[in-house]
Amino acid sequence: MVEDFNCDYADTLDRGEIEKWPDFFTDDGVYRLIARDNAESNLPLPLMYCDGKGMLKDRAYAIAHTEMFAPRYTMHQIAQVRILGFEDDIVSAQANYVLYETLIDEPTHLLQCGKYHDRFLLQGDRLLLKQRNCIYDTLLIPTCIVFPP
Amino acid sequence: MSNTCRFIENGETRAESDLSDLVWPNDPAAIPDWVYTDRRVYDLEQQRIFRGRTWNYVALEVELPKPGDFIRSYIGETPIVVVRGQDGEINAFENRCAHRGVEFCKTYRGSAKQFVCPYHQWTYDLTGKLKSVPFRRGVQGQGGMPPDFKMEEHGLRRLSVTTRRGAIFASCADDMESLEDYLGPDMLDQYDTMFDGRPLKLLGIHRNIIPGNWKLYQENLKDPYHATLLHTYLTTFGLFVAGNKTLIVADEKGRHSSLCSRRPEGRLESDATTSQIGSFHATMKLADPRVLELIKESDSPWNSNAITIWPNLIAIRQSNIFSVRHIVPMGPDEFMLIWVNFGFADDTPEMEAHRLRQNNIFGPGGFIGIDDNEAIKFVNDGLQRSQPRPGVVSLGRDDEPPETVITDRAIRGMYRHYREAMGL
Repeated sequence: MVEDFNCDYADTLDRGEIEKWPDFFTDDGVYRLIARDNAESNLPLPLMYCDGKGMLKDRAYAIAHTEMFAPRYTMHQIAQVRILGFEDDIVSAQANYVLYETLIDEPTHLLQCGKYHDRFLLQGDRLLLKQRNCIYDTLLIPTCIVFPP
Repeated sequence: MSNTCRFIENGETRAESDLSDLVWPNDPAAIPDWVYTDRRVYDLEQQRIFRGRTWNYVALEVELPKPGDFIRSYIGETPIVVVRGQDGEINAFENRCAHRGVEFCKTYRGSAKQFVCPYHQWTYDLTGKLKSVPFRRGVQGQGGMPPDFKMEEHGLRRLSVTTRRGAIFASCADDMESLEDYLGPDMLDQYDTMFDGRPLKLLGIHRNIIPGNWKLYQENLKDPYHATLLHTYLTTFGLFVAGNKTLIVADEKGRHSSLCSRRPEGRLESDATTSQIGSFHATMKLADPRVLELIKESDSPWNSNAITIWPNLIAIRQSNIFSVRHIVPMGPDEFMLIWVNFGFADDTPEMEAHRLRQNNIFGPGGFIGIDDNEAIKFVNDGLQRSQPRPGVVSLGRDDEPPETVITDRAIRGMYRHYREAMGL
């Protein structure tokens, strides 16, 4: 079930449907993209930080409509999903992710590799993210990160 | 006695490339492509600017709270280590073993009693002074260093260091003027608005590599024209937009500058000014406006100060965001940016959470950061791949009132200083 969720998550983002991205989260869902160096040094600064669906929607709207960037494809590979716990409708899980990016007239490059640290809410027969912390190893970011890992 | 080895030794001269084929255009508002693309120019910049008579930002004191704490850093392209000595003083030296050139410090930060090169275990104290060389006298009377080997001549090359209100600057020159004189009175005032005397709290660091020449980033922060056109978050929400109360400050030599802006009360309406701004979205509303909230924490008349300090520091205060960006050149067509974000030691948990939310605006994944990083890459794509053609920075006048927004005055000032420093 977590694997199916991650497949949908990756497909939606890789199709470029960024404005559907907030739908993967609960209303109070939290998304953080954090450098592994910051995380391991107890420094709280995320590179992207959405605290609730409002901020997720604002991020998605900005990417879809107001930010200036070269057109690109993204390709998420999500693997090694591991369920860490299940208690009171909350599933704790982690996975590895790799994110490739392809721009016009440039070779495809590795944008990010890292780990998802997730807490899902099991709601009926579906999962929603209460929290996705993406901890990335690729500390030296090539130019910028437009679409969320 | 501490380490006395320096970058620039007496009588050292370096052969310089012949640059006579590079001719600056007659028009003072024209910038030739070769300042962004030519390797010889880049190498001369390292020598005359970054290893010359400049104060280079290298760290924040909050990154080195205790004796022995160190970070990796850079002066120009050169890797250095910044460390707090046992006496509490801050030392900076080249991250290169005096023996065989090993870049010995391979971690972003840590704490050490001494530095040991992993290759042959040459050991240096926290001032960079060479303390021990294994088998210096050989084994059983055979081998080892020559008898006239002088330990004091083989320390790590040390930099001059100065600090002000929590930021650390270093210089290869031994006889630099004070940082205060280097900034000049107007820029010192700007600096003190950013570093207002409150003890800092480190929030975290972003790092990215941007394809482009390092000077493009200095120019970007000296360019109010783009700020009011490119960035939806600045224009639509009034953070920096033509029509705001604005001030552009530079030092006497034109090397440092600051763009100051005050946010208007309430929302901007569509009018003759905003109608010229493609990024202005009159009807755009945030689902969660906390990102833009301005919590008063200063008596400054300005809500944002975008400060450039020559040659390698951008210091940004925007609403409740405080951050420095350290420019590290990596060749004519590439540079690294180290974004160090901070709050203050007396921040409440709510204030810190607010700063973290607001920091979505900047950084390599920020609403404004993405625009700028992409724009600089686009400039580089054009400069590297097309036929040379001088860039045009002719907006405004050099004697205009300081509140003029649609101007390239600060960029022209920087290049006047650059040409003098470079002899071009």
